[in-house]
Amino acid sequence: MFAGRVFRFDSVLFFSTGIILLCGVFILFSASGGSTEIIFQQGIRIAIAIIVMLGVAQIDPDVIRRWSPAIYLVTVLILMLVLAVGYVGKGAQRWLDLGLVRFQPAELMKLATPMMIAWLFANAPIPTSFGRLMMALTIVVIPAGLVMVQPDLGTAVMLVISAICAVVLAGIRWRHLIILTAVAAAAVPFLWSQLRNYQKDRILAMLDPWSDPLGMGYHTIQAQIAIGSAGMGGKGWFSGSQAHLDFVPERSTDFIFAVFAEEFGFVGIIVLMGAYLLVTGRCIRIAYRAQDHYCRILAGALALTFFFYVFVNVGMVSGILPVVGVPLPLISYGGTSMITLMAAFGIIMGMHRRRRLMA
Amino acid sequence: MAGHLYFPAPNAALGTAALMTVDPISDVSRHPVLGRSRLVVAGILIVTLTVVLIERLYFLQIVEHVRYRALSIENRFDLLPVPPVRGMIYDRYGEVLAENHAVYELEVVPEQVRDMASLMTWATQSLSLTERDRKKFDKRLHGRASFERILLKSGLSEEQAARFAVNQYRFPGVALRGRLRRSYPLGHVTAHVVGYVGRISDKDLDAKERSRYRGVAHIGKLGIESYYEGNLLGRIGYEQVETNAHGRVVRTLAREPAISGNHLHLTLDSRLQKVVRNELAGHRGAAVVLEPHTGEILAFVSMPDYDPNLFAKGIDQVRYTALLQDSNKPLLNRALYGRYAPGSTLKPILALAGLEHTIDPRRRVKCPGFFALKEGGRVYRCWRKQGHGAVNLKEALEQSCDTYFYQLGLTLGISGISEALTTFGFGKQTGIDLASEPDGLIPTALWKQRRHGTPWYPGDTLNASIGQGYILSTPLQLAAATAALANRGRLVRPHLLRGVEDPETGEIQRPAEQVTEVGLGDASQYERVIEGMMAVMHGSQGTARRAGQQLSYRIAAKTGTSQLVSLPQDGEAAKDIPERLKDHALFIAFAPAERPRIALALVIENGGSGGKIAAPMARRIFDYYFVERLRRANLKESRYVRG
Repeated sequence: MFAGRVFRFDSVLFFSTGIILLCGVFILFSASGGSTEIIFQQGIRIAIAIIVMLGVAQIDPDVIRRWSPAIYLVTVLILMLVLAVGYVGKGAQRWLDLGLVRFQPAELMKLATPMMIAWLFANAPIPTSFGRLMMALTIVVIPAGLVMVQPDLGTAVMLVISAICAVVLAGIRWRHLIILTAVAAAAVPFLWSQLRNYQKDRILAMLDPWSDPLGMGYHTIQAQIAIGSAGMGGKGWFSGSQAHLDFVPERSTDFIFAVFAEEFGFVGIIVLMGAYLLVTGRCIRIAYRAQDHYCRILAGALALTFFFYVFVNVGMVSGILPVVGVPLPLISYGGTSMITLMAAFGIIMGMHRRRRLMA
Repeated sequence: MAGHLYFPAPNAALGTAALMTVDPISDVSRHPVLGRSRLVVAGILIVTLTVVLIERLYFLQIVEHVRYRALSIENRFDLLPVPPVRGMIYDRYGEVLAENHAVYELEVVPEQVRDMASLMTWATQSLSLTERDRKKFDKRLHGRASFERILLKSGLSEEQAARFAVNQYRFPGVALRGRLRRSYPLGHVTAHVVGYVGRISDKDLDAKERSRYRGVAHIGKLGIESYYEGNLLGRIGYEQVETNAHGRVVRTLAREPAISGNHLHLTLDSRLQKVVRNELAGHRGAAVVLEPHTGEILAFVSMPDYDPNLFAKGIDQVRYTALLQDSNKPLLNRALYGRYAPGSTLKPILALAGLEHTIDPRRRVKCPGFFALKEGGRVYRCWRKQGHGAVNLKEALEQSCDTYFYQLGLTLGISGISEALTTFGFGKQTGIDLASEPDGLIPTALWKQRRHGTPWYPGDTLNASIGQGYILSTPLQLAAATAALANRGRLVRPHLLRGVEDPETGEIQRPAEQVTEVGLGDASQYERVIEGMMAVMHGSQGTARRAGQQLSYRIAAKTGTSQLVSLPQDGEAAKDIPERLKDHALFIAFAPAERPRIALALVIENGGSGGKIAAPMARRIFDYYFVERLRRANLKESRYVRG
């Protein structure tokens, strides 16, 4: 299994994610009001994530490819299980309690779906056939549907995005893409009717937050005030009044970017966005250099999905996208998203070494 | 590639078995080219979207920075008003008329309470918290933030407050709060003059004033409380605080203390006020007593009255409706707003005008009991049916002979009458320091033409010359005019404020006195009129002679009746007319007549004749005043001797 018997490692990816994680720890310390407990928990999570990343990097991509369908199927089953158990509890049921750790199966799906699609297209002739496209559609619709029922709109959207990335990178005909887009557009009214009221409100509030400044638009506006009031240099670590006086909602999780922007200003943002761009760019580069199609599709799709996470989160916090409940990757507190993401980087890191070995 | 055995490649699943053994990389040769080109597209997309984000953040943080910084500051800082302590009101001897009374309230911050159930049990047992209190509390609790202070029980007694203070350590999150409530220790006695404060309503303040009242719940609604609101209020202080998104105060950044309102020292003598009130008790009426030389009002009474404390606490609808609907109109301040025909109390002024008009005071007018305008014309009756015989000016005043004044009135004409009355302050505001004082009414020919569309008839002049008909005056105007007579022509503005005390320095500022000369009559003419007024009390035929017996000082006075219905020309004065249609009794007086220290005007609604009912009251009021004055003077002297 560990084909190279050499330790697989990519320093650029490692250190650029390290910068982001470090930024995250700093801002989380402030956002949590100096809670060492939260930093300790996050530290453990980061340690686990790094171990997972380095561990996964040692797995031969071929092995991952061969196990893709199994991982996918098992994850879909777990999702169904979560839903079944979920009926017992109230409201959103996203967690599966494994005793020691609580596990969010939807997170694993973010890896399994692109893996499955990459597997589907790895050996397909180019341009891809319409039948294969339909299969890809099925692969994404099942988990996305299950996640949306939970309900977790944010994850569902991201699953679809990751699938689209994978399919596009796999070599879909532009013609098919246009047809799919048209179908998706046609499905919007139906999906709209399926949304919960609070989800509809969020989208409507995004379109014009100032129309209801004390209601649904409140969070968006307060986040924008936090960002805008910071200016070039920011208000300083632990000095963000918007954040520390509770004006910024969910300041340790989904809206942590607003806290970062408020305390470190435009300069801090450039550094952070630069780090994100570096991570994504490195992954794209590894994908570009990858020798097999599976690796290219998977690494590219994971990198793109990662970037879209950043884009959607920063977009929602800064008010150009609706509030969909997507955390800021590698920085937001809690959840299993960090481990998933680092596992994804592990997969990509593994591909990098493989290319070198072959070369 | 053992993996293929377990998970065949998709091509195999589609039936292309031949591909199974072939290395996919070399087989599908177009993959790398297309894959890479799409990755380049992806890279371009990533850079583009990053630029979009950066552009947005640049817009927020750099372009719109100033606006958002302002919004952030606005969010964060708040100015909390600190209400000032309202000034006290004292009478002329320092007796408290209005004060701020501490009332205790128990407030609860729900999130800090450890055991709500035991708190409730304790409060029920020790503070007699009722079931109703608890229900109200639960209602308030609902839908309020858990860090807010919520009222549990108001109006705690001193004892209950003390009991809680001892046990406070057991109940974190529960706090005793002292509030200041306005109270009027004399209650009813000063209701019509001091007035009261009430909750601020929308009508009370315009937008500009509202900022001066932030955090202030009450405002002077009536009387002195309303007129001197600006002095009593003080200035609100501010606390600049930092608040969080829930409005909770995080810390106080700056403080500007409130400045207490000024204390008011009134001219009132609360003991005399009580005496006057007791005299009027059981009647509907008003009395204004003042020092003629200074215009300082010593007593200002309107009966019936009410308890201003009810209003300061917040009167309930039932009691308020009862007060409003009471047919005796206890809420009406008769001394200020009551408008009565002054009746014969005008006669001294008209006598003065007559003297000025070169009427010979010794000349006698024959009174057969009536006066006919012309031969066979309408007959105007004197109040005394059998007539007064031939009376001169002094006797006409003493006996209040109507016939004499009919004659005099015709001589003066309505313009002469109006002019004389106007110079004595009738028909216009006296300028007292109470709000919305009415003008009263002095009719003129022009006024009647405008108002009623009919010309002025000589009969109207006759009515005016005995103070009936269209003439209307308030008890306050009567008192002010009486003081002017006592002053021999100096009209002093009647007022209630003696001094304004700065609570910090203790300095007292006195208002400037306003004196105008009446400009009617000279010293000898006044003495002639006052001689007649003295005869009212002390003469053998005086209309108030019974009240004037055994006096060690001399009172100058004039009785009056204000007719409500005109009695039939020839008929007997009906004895059994209903109570509410009986004449109002009026009385004006000052004493000592030679060098007056005190003057008053009294009106008893439906009291009948002024001499019978009002004069004895005035006599007792004067007696009290002089005895008390003497006592105070002795007290001062003895203190001085000892000190």
